[in-house]
Amino acid sequence: MSAPLLGVEGLSKRFSRGGKNFAALDGVGFSIAAGETLALVGPSGSGKSTVARILLRLVEADAGSVHFQGQDLLALRGPALRAVRAKLQMVFQDPQAAFNPRATVARLLDDPLRIHGVVDRSERPKAIAALLARVGLSAELAGRAVHEISGGQRQRVAIARALATRPSLIVLDEAVSALDVLVRADILRLLAELQREQGIAYLFISHDLGAVRAIAHRIAIMDGGRIVEQGAARAVIAAPVSATGKALVAATPELPVSKETVS
Amino acid sequence: MPLLSIRGLGVRYGNNVQALDGVDLDLGAGERLAIIGESGSGKSTLARAVAALLPPTATLQGKVTWPELGRVARNGRDIGFVFQDPASSLDPVISVGDQVAEVAHVNLDMAWPAARRLAGELLDRVRLPEPALLASAYPHQLSGGQKQRVAIAAAIAAGPRLLIADEATSALDTIVQAEIVALIRRLVDEDGMALLFVSHDIALAANLADRIAVFRHGRMVELAATGDLIAAPVSDYTRALLGAHLGLGAALGAGA
Repeated sequence: MSAPLLGVEGLSKRFSRGGKNFAALDGVGFSIAAGETLALVGPSGSGKSTVARILLRLVEADAGSVHFQGQDLLALRGPALRAVRAKLQMVFQDPQAAFNPRATVARLLDDPLRIHGVVDRSERPKAIAALLARVGLSAELAGRAVHEISGGQRQRVAIARALATRPSLIVLDEAVSALDVLVRADILRLLAELQREQGIAYLFISHDLGAVRAIAHRIAIMDGGRIVEQGAARAVIAAPVSATGKALVAATPELPVSKETVS
Repeated sequence: MPLLSIRGLGVRYGNNVQALDGVDLDLGAGERLAIIGESGSGKSTLARAVAALLPPTATLQGKVTWPELGRVARNGRDIGFVFQDPASSLDPVISVGDQVAEVAHVNLDMAWPAARRLAGELLDRVRLPEPALLASAYPHQLSGGQKQRVAIAAAIAAGPRLLIADEATSALDTIVQAEIVALIRRLVDEDGMALLFVSHDIALAANLADRIAVFRHGRMVELAATGDLIAAPVSDYTRALLGAHLGLGAALGAGA
């Protein structure tokens, strides 16, 4: 079997808070194949966002390794790290907090195209229009400021921005959690479509097993800084083995009728 | 005779936005009603209008009356209100025991020693671990779920007839959310309170409410008994909301 797109092994990280030293991550390991979605699921404080922050090199791991496209991600510096960042993108929960609110949509999409030299200057307006179309937004939105568009539109812009550098993996950290119900379903559909067309892999970080069920191939359940269960999405949801997995399944709200009509 | 009667209720904010328009609704004593909607639907505005918690810049049309009380309901005494963010509804520099006791002291004219005893019992009722010890803790020392339990204890301290939970579980993770919903269900049952459960999550609401009202753009688009609304929704919008629910039984065609 060929090497996975992303391979994480023995990842550990300790933080100190209030004079106490605790393990945020304790030997976390998982892998993601090209074009696959792995969901990292767990309660608040389980360590799932720390994994994302280490992948983005926002915090340094105490121990463990991360290999992305065959390279040792945690050892990369400078231009080599920048080159890898083009292929490993991120979408956060709240795009409003991640973007300069006065920047125009065009500006937000132009940045990655320019910084990573994806297309020539003269081609960039066309590339921006294509990105907007790809995420289902009208080209007219390009001139609008981030604070003038809706939350769902902002999240589409964040996805377009991530797509600009033609990534092979996008980390989605609670990326649909703050969206309205109907918008959330649309964004999940868009993500699935992009994956089918472009073979992008996702690390889908969420506490919402319903959203995970809709998009993930495999699930890793985290609690207390460890992965307590890992397997095919359907199998884990149908018959969770760990206490945390069982608690998550039991806690996910179901429509009363679907219990009776779905076998 | 309903506990709460709403007729022609409209709310307009200072910026000329009509947040709520022409709402007619009755709530019986002990009845559990869910208010469902997306952002901008007016669901939180309705909850705040009922509890007279709207900002002074808001103008009201229509009437909110309390036929069974025969007077205007008082927030704290007749209505217990639980907000989405317990951190903002709790005072950071007062112990959680005293915050719960204060509700009884102010609304029931209870002397402080008795109010503190009652607070201890309430913190136990909302299943805080070691309530006697936690009574002297401050909000920042508690987890999000524990803070919401304290906020609920404070909301029911004066024995209100109506509990309003405005997205009270939305900031919590799934497991803690289920625990808080179970707590609300138990307290409402035990005390015979009516419940106004405001949520964006129609499945969560369906497991708790006798009736569901669906709101969109400031108007009530559908009101029905929970079973009927789920099995045979009348409005297209309700149908869309039900279709977009992400349960564990159905997928959107992605992934598995």
